[in-house]
Amino acid sequence: MEQLTHQILSGLATGGIYASLALALVMIYQATHLVNFAQGEMAMFATYLAWALLQAGVPYWGAFAITVASAFVLGVVIERVIIRPVEDSPILVIVIVFIALLVIFNSVAGWIFSYTIKPFPSPFPAQPLFGNSYVSSHELGSTAITLVVLLLLFVFFRFTPLGLAMRAAAQNPVSSRLVGIRVGWMLALGWGLAAAIGAVAGMMVAPTVFLEPNMMGGVLLYAFAGALLGGIDSPGGAVLGGFIVGVLENVVGAYVGTELKLTLALVVIVGVLVVRPSGMFGRVNVVRV
Amino acid sequence: MAGIERRKLIALAIAFALACALPFFIGNYRVFQFTLVLAYAIALLGLNMLTGYNGQISLGHGAFYAIGAYTAAILMDKAGMPYWMTIPIAGAVCMVAGFLFGLPALRLEGLYLALATFALGVAMPQILKHKSLEHWTGGVQGIVIVKPDAPEGLGLSQDQWLYFFTLAWVVVMFFVGWNLLRGRIGRAMVAIRDQPVAAQAMGVNTSLVKSLTFGVSALYTGVAGALGSIAIQFVAPDSFNIFLSITLVVGVVIGGLASISGAIYGAFFIQFIPNVADQISKAAPWAIYGIFLLAFMYAMPTGVAGFVRILRARLRR
Repeated sequence: MEQLTHQILSGLATGGIYASLALALVMIYQATHLVNFAQGEMAMFATYLAWALLQAGVPYWGAFAITVASAFVLGVVIERVIIRPVEDSPILVIVIVFIALLVIFNSVAGWIFSYTIKPFPSPFPAQPLFGNSYVSSHELGSTAITLVVLLLLFVFFRFTPLGLAMRAAAQNPVSSRLVGIRVGWMLALGWGLAAAIGAVAGMMVAPTVFLEPNMMGGVLLYAFAGALLGGIDSPGGAVLGGFIVGVLENVVGAYVGTELKLTLALVVIVGVLVVRPSGMFGRVNVVRV
Repeated sequence: MAGIERRKLIALAIAFALACALPFFIGNYRVFQFTLVLAYAIALLGLNMLTGYNGQISLGHGAFYAIGAYTAAILMDKAGMPYWMTIPIAGAVCMVAGFLFGLPALRLEGLYLALATFALGVAMPQILKHKSLEHWTGGVQGIVIVKPDAPEGLGLSQDQWLYFFTLAWVVVMFFVGWNLLRGRIGRAMVAIRDQPVAAQAMGVNTSLVKSLTFGVSALYTGVAGALGSIAIQFVAPDSFNIFLSITLVVGVVIGGLASISGAIYGAFFIQFIPNVADQISKAAPWAIYGIFLLAFMYAMPTGVAGFVRILRARLRR
C-alpha cells in the first residue's frame, strides 16, 4: 500500500510535467486546430538555452526567466515566419512543416550542444520537504510550478482583455477581425505562450530525464495522450489528462514493467481516438457536409 | 502496352538497362548502397500510395518496415527458411498488420491519424525489445543474418546478386503498383483523398478502400524491410526508431507526392544525402532534411517528380 501511494504521488509529479506540455499543445490546437509535433523539441531547445545560461554563471531563476522570455519570442517568430505562409495549405503540408521543425530543432541542438547526456540542476533542495518520505522536493516543486502556471493562464484568459481577445480570435476569427482584434497576432501570441509553457515543462523534466536532444520524445507522446484523454480543445481537461497519464505510467511501470511505457502511451492515444475522439471534456465536432 | 507512351517506354528500357549494367562498374560497397536505394524505393512507393494518393498521413511506416525486416530475419534465423521465400511472407504479414491498424485508423482523419501513427513509430523499438518477444527477436542484441550466396555459375559476387534480386522485386512491385494506381482502385483512392463525400456518393466503398490501401501500403513497406534487412544482414530494435519513419516521409515528400517515379528520386535522396552531409557533422543530415522539407513545401510541393514534369513540359514546347 505504501508503495502504491508512493507511485501515485510521484506519478502526479511527472503528470504535472505532461500536463503543462499537454496544455501547450491544447493552446495551439485551440487557436489553429493544429497539433504541433515540434512542441517537445522546442521545449528541449529552450532547456538547452537555460543550461547554457547556467554554465555562463547566471543564477537559476534568472536563467529561468530569460529562457521563458526567449522561448516566447521564438514561438512568436516561428509562427510569423514559418507557419504563417502555409496556414491555409492542406493538412499534409502543415504536418510536414511541423516534422521539418522537429528534425531541425533536434539536429541543431545536437550540433551545438553535442549528443552527450548532461545533468540539469533542480532549483529545489535535495532533501525532501516537510520531513515526508513519499515525494522528493523536486517532484513537489515541479508540481507546484505547474499549478502556478495553470493558475496564471486561467487568470490571463479569464480576466484580461488580451486573454478575451485571444479566445475570441480562436473561436470566431471573422467576427473578431470585424471588432478590431488583430487575429494574426493573437495566433502568434498563442504560439509564443505555448512555447513558453513548453520551456517551463522542459526545465522541470530535465533534472529527472537528463538533458539530451531526444529527451522530449517520450514526454511529448505522454503529453499527446494526456491532451487527447482530457479533450484536445479543453485546457482543464488536458491538465487532468496529463495527471492521469502520469499516474497511469508510474503505476503500470511499477507493476507491469517499465519496458512498455511508450507502448502504454500508444494504447491510450489509439484507444481514446477510437472510443471517444473528443476525450473526456472536449466538444464533439460535427462536420457540415 | 496500352496506356503508356512509346517515348516513356524507351526511357524506361534505358533506365532498366543502366540499372542492370551499374553493378559491374562500381565496387561492392557501392553496390550494397544501391541495393538499399532499391529497397527504399519500394517502401516509398508503399507510403506514397497511402499518403500521396489516398491522403492518409502516416508518420509511423518505419514500424511496418521493422515488421517486414523482423519477419524475414526470424524466418531465416529460427525456421531456417531460404531468404527468397521470406519476402512474400514478410509482405503478407505486414499486409495483415497494416489492414488491422488501418481499421481503427478509419475513424481518424488527417492530423489524428498522423498522431496515432507517430505514436506507433515511437513505440515500435520498445515493443521489439520486450521480454515476451525476446526469444524470437533477440531483444536489444537483434538478429544477425547470413548473406545469401549467388547461384552457382552466374559468376556474381554476393552483393551483385543481392542487387539483382532486389531489382527484380522493384520491377515486379512497381509494375503491380502502376497497374493498381492507374486503374479503378487508384482513381477511387485519389477521389477519397480529394472529395471523400463525393466519392462515397459515387459508390466508392470508402472504408474498404482506405483500410485496403493501408494494408497494401504496409505490404510494400514490409517487402522493402525484408529486402533491406537481408542486404544489411542485421536487424536490431533501435535501427527502427521514429527517425526511420520520418526518413520515409522525407523521401516521399522530396521525391514527389502522388507520383510513382518520385519513389525512386526520394530513395536516392534518403540514401545518398546523409552520406554527403555526414562529412559536415553528425547532426547535419537531419538539419539538411529539415531545410529541404521546408524548402520543398514552400517552393515545390510536388517534389522532384513534379519538377521533372515541369521541366519536360517546358523542353517539349
